[in-house]
Amino acid sequence: MMPLMTTKGLSRHFGGLRAVDDVDFALMPGEIRAVIGPNGAGKTTFVSLVCGRIEPTAGMIVFDGSDITNLPAHKRVRLGIAYTFQITSIFANLSAYENVALPVQRTLTDGRSKGQVHAGVTEALERVGLANRAHIPAGQLAYGHQRLLEVAMGLALKPRLLVLDEPTQGLADSEIENFTGLVREIARDATVLIIEHNMPVVMELADRITVFEAGRILAEGTPEAIRANATVQRAYLGGGDD
Amino acid sequence: MTEGSSPARAYVLHLAVIAILVVLNFILPAYHHGLLARILVLATFAMGYNLLFGYVGLLSLGHAIFFAAGLYGAGLGVHHFELSVPVAFMAALACGAVLSLVIGLLALRTSGVAFMIVTMMFAQVLALAILYFAPLTGGDQGLVLQQQERVVHLGDTVLDLTNPMTRYMVALALFSIVLLLTLGVVRSRFGRVLIAIRENEERTRMLGYDTFANKLAAVVVSGVICAAAGSAYALLFGYVGANFASVQYSILPLLWVLLGGAATTLGPLIGTLFMYYVVDITSGYTSAYLLIVGIALILLVLFFPKGILGTIRQRWVRWLP
Amino acid sequence: MAFGPHLLLAVLEGLVTSAVLALTALGLSLVFGVMRVVNVAHGELFMLGAVLAWAIATSIGGSPAVGFMAALVLAPLIVGAVALAAERLVLRKVNYDPEATIVATIGLLYIIQQLALTFYGADARPVPPPFNMRISLPWFGYSGYKLSIIAASALLLVVSWLVMTKTKAGLIMRATQYDRETAQAFGIPVDRVYAGVFALGAMLAAIAAVLIVPISQAHYLMGQDPLLLSFIVVIIGGLGSLRGTVVAAVLIGVSDGVISMFFSPTLAKMIATLLVAMVLVFRPQGLFGRAVR
Repeated sequence: MMPLMTTKGLSRHFGGLRAVDDVDFALMPGEIRAVIGPNGAGKTTFVSLVCGRIEPTAGMIVFDGSDITNLPAHKRVRLGIAYTFQITSIFANLSAYENVALPVQRTLTDGRSKGQVHAGVTEALERVGLANRAHIPAGQLAYGHQRLLEVAMGLALKPRLLVLDEPTQGLADSEIENFTGLVREIARDATVLIIEHNMPVVMELADRITVFEAGRILAEGTPEAIRANATVQRAYLGGGDD
Repeated sequence: MTEGSSPARAYVLHLAVIAILVVLNFILPAYHHGLLARILVLATFAMGYNLLFGYVGLLSLGHAIFFAAGLYGAGLGVHHFELSVPVAFMAALACGAVLSLVIGLLALRTSGVAFMIVTMMFAQVLALAILYFAPLTGGDQGLVLQQQERVVHLGDTVLDLTNPMTRYMVALALFSIVLLLTLGVVRSRFGRVLIAIRENEERTRMLGYDTFANKLAAVVVSGVICAAAGSAYALLFGYVGANFASVQYSILPLLWVLLGGAATTLGPLIGTLFMYYVVDITSGYTSAYLLIVGIALILLVLFFPKGILGTIRQRWVRWLP
Repeated sequence: MAFGPHLLLAVLEGLVTSAVLALTALGLSLVFGVMRVVNVAHGELFMLGAVLAWAIATSIGGSPAVGFMAALVLAPLIVGAVALAAERLVLRKVNYDPEATIVATIGLLYIIQQLALTFYGADARPVPPPFNMRISLPWFGYSGYKLSIIAASALLLVVSWLVMTKTKAGLIMRATQYDRETAQAFGIPVDRVYAGVFALGAMLAAIAAVLIVPISQAHYLMGQDPLLLSFIVVIIGGLGSLRGTVVAAVLIGVSDGVISMFFSPTLAKMIATLLVAMVLVFRPQGLFGRAVR
C-alpha cells in the first residue's frame, strides 16, 4: 500500500537550533499515528511543516503521491490536510455556528444554497456534541467545549489527514474519555496524526507511535514495541512525567 | 450576521432607511437638501472605507487616493477628454479598480502599523502628483466643471446633474446601491471569510482560505466604491480639487466610520451625517472645525470605540447587520 | 556661481536640514522603539516648539541671544509637558494599542494645529538668531548660525548616544524596548518609562524646532514636512536604531538639499515618498536594520 504522506530529509533550523533535523517519515492511509517526545523535541514544528504553517529549511513532503513541499498552507488544506491548533484557536467573537460554517462552506465548491451550509454545520456540531450550543459565542464556551469546537472545525473540512496537536491538554478525565471515542470515530474515514502527552490516551488510540527527540526520530513502532523499547524508556518514558 | 437570524428584518430596515431618504428629497428645505446630497455621496465613501476597515480589520490611512482617483478620473474625463457623463463614471471606476489592485498587491505585503503608513504614503504620492501636473489637474486651484459637462443624455431623457432634485436622487441612487451591496457582501460567504480574517487570520488560512486573495478582493471592492463616490462628487458638485487627495480626506472616512460604528452597514451614514452637522452647526460659532474633528477622534477612541451603532448593537439590537 | 561651489552650498544646506531632521526623527524613533506606537502628532509638537520659541523670544525682548536661549530652554520643557499630559490622559488609557494610538494622535494633531491657528495666527513669524556672523568661504559667505545648528545637533546626538549606552536610564529604556514584560518583572516601572520616553521624544522635536526657527520662521502648518521626513528617516534607518536614524537623516537631508536645488521640490518629494513606501513594502526592517526573525 502506498503511504498517504511521507517526508524525506525534512529539516527546519531556527538559527543554530535544529528543531527538526533530517526526518524521514511515512504515514499509511487510515492509521492513527501518535507522535510523542519530550518538550522541545520538535513535534509541533514537524507537524507545522507538514501543514505548511512554516517553511522547511531542507527536505521534501509528499502527500498522496504529489510533492507539496512548496505548496502554501491553504492549498494543503484543500488537498485534505487539516490542522487543529495546540493552543485553542477559535474565532472567539463569532458563534460556534459561524466557526464551523467557515470550514463547511470551504468544502462546498458547487452548490450555492444556504441549506447545504446549514446541514454541514449541524452535522459537524452534532458529531462533537455541541449542536445545542450553536449560537453561543465561541469565546464563552467552556474550555473543553472550545477544544471540541476546534475538532469540529477540523472535521468540517472533511480531511483525509487530520493533525491534532495535543488535543486533550487541559481536559478533565471524563472529557478525555469522550474524546478518544471521537478520535476513533474520525479515524474511520480519515488518517489521524496526533501529538499527545497523555500516555494512556496514546497507548489506547495509536496504531503506531513515533518518538521524537532533539528534532530526530528516536524510535517508531506499535504501542507494545515502543513500551518495550529500552532507548525510549531511558529518553522519555522514564525521564520524569509530563 | 448568522444565517440563523432572519435576513428579512435587516432588508426591511435598510429599505426603510432608503425610503425615508427618498421622502426627504421632497420635504427638506433647500439648504439641508443640498447638504444631505453631499452627505450621501460622502457616506458612500465611508461605506467603501468601512468594508475594509470594519469588516476585514485593515486600517488604511490612504483611502483619499481612491476617492481622488474617482474624482479626477471623472473630472478630467469630462473636462479634458470630453467624455460623456456615464463613460466618465465608468472610467473613474476603472481608475479605482486598477489603482486599488496595484496598491493592494503592494500594501498587503505589510500589516499593522506598516500597512497604515504605506497606504498613507501612496496617497501622498497621488496628492503630490496632482500638484505636480498642475497644467492638467489645475493644481492647487482645482477645476470647476461647467454645466454642459454635467448633463446626461440617455436616449430622449436628459438628466441635468446641476438640478438639485436630480442631483439628490442620483446621489441617493448611488448610496442605495452601495448600501444594499454592502449588506449583501456582509451576509455572503465572502463576507464571512472577511470577518474571519479580521478575527483570526492565521486560523482562517488553516481552514483552507487564501487570505491574501480575499484581502486583495476586499481592497479592490472598497477602492471601487470609494472611486464611485469620488466620481459622483465631481460630477454632481462640479468641483475637482487637490484637497480631496490630502491626508485629511483619508482621516475623515475613518472618523465617520468610527463614529457611526465600524462593521455596521448603516454606521457610515450615521457617522457622516452626525459629524457633518456637528461641524456645520459649530461653524456658526467658530472656524475651529479641525479642533472638533480632533476632539471627536480622541473621545471616540477613549470612550466609544464601537461607535453609535456598534454600541446599540452590543447593548440592544443584536441582529443589526 | 560655478557648479562646484553651487553643489557645496547645496550640501551645506542639506546638512543643516539633516541636523534638524536627525533630532526630530530620533524623537519619533525613540517613541516607536520603546513604546511600539507611532506618534502622528510628532510634527505638530515640532511646530508647537517653534511657535512657543517665537512667543517666548518676543515676550522676553531685549538681546536676541537672551530671548533665544530662553526659548531653547523653555519651549522644549513646555512641549514635553504637553506630551506628558497627552500620554497620561490618552495613550495610557487606550493601553498603547497601536491602532488606537494612531487615531488618537491624529486627533491630537488636529487639536494642536487648530489651537496654533487660533492663538498664533496664519502668519509666518521669525525669531532673530542669537548671533549674526558670516563665515566667508572662498566662493560665498555662509551663515555662522547655520553651522552652529549642525554642531549643536551633533552634540545632542552624541549625548543621546552616551545616555542610551552608558547610563542606567538608557539601560532601563533599552530593557523596556527589548521586552516589556520581563522589564516589568525585574521591577522596572514600565509605566513611568513610557511617560518619560514620550515626553523626551517630543522635547527632541521641540529642540530641533527652536534651532531651525531663526532660519525658517514659525508657521502653524510647518509640522507636516518634518513628520513625513521623520517617518522616511525612521523607516530607512530601521525603527528604533540610533545609528541608522543619523545615517538616514544625513542621507535624506543632503539628497533633499541637492535634489531640490536642481529639480522641482514637488517631484523630488513625490519620488522620495514612493521610494520609501517601496522600502517599507519590500524591506520593512529598513535599509540598515537587521531582519527580525
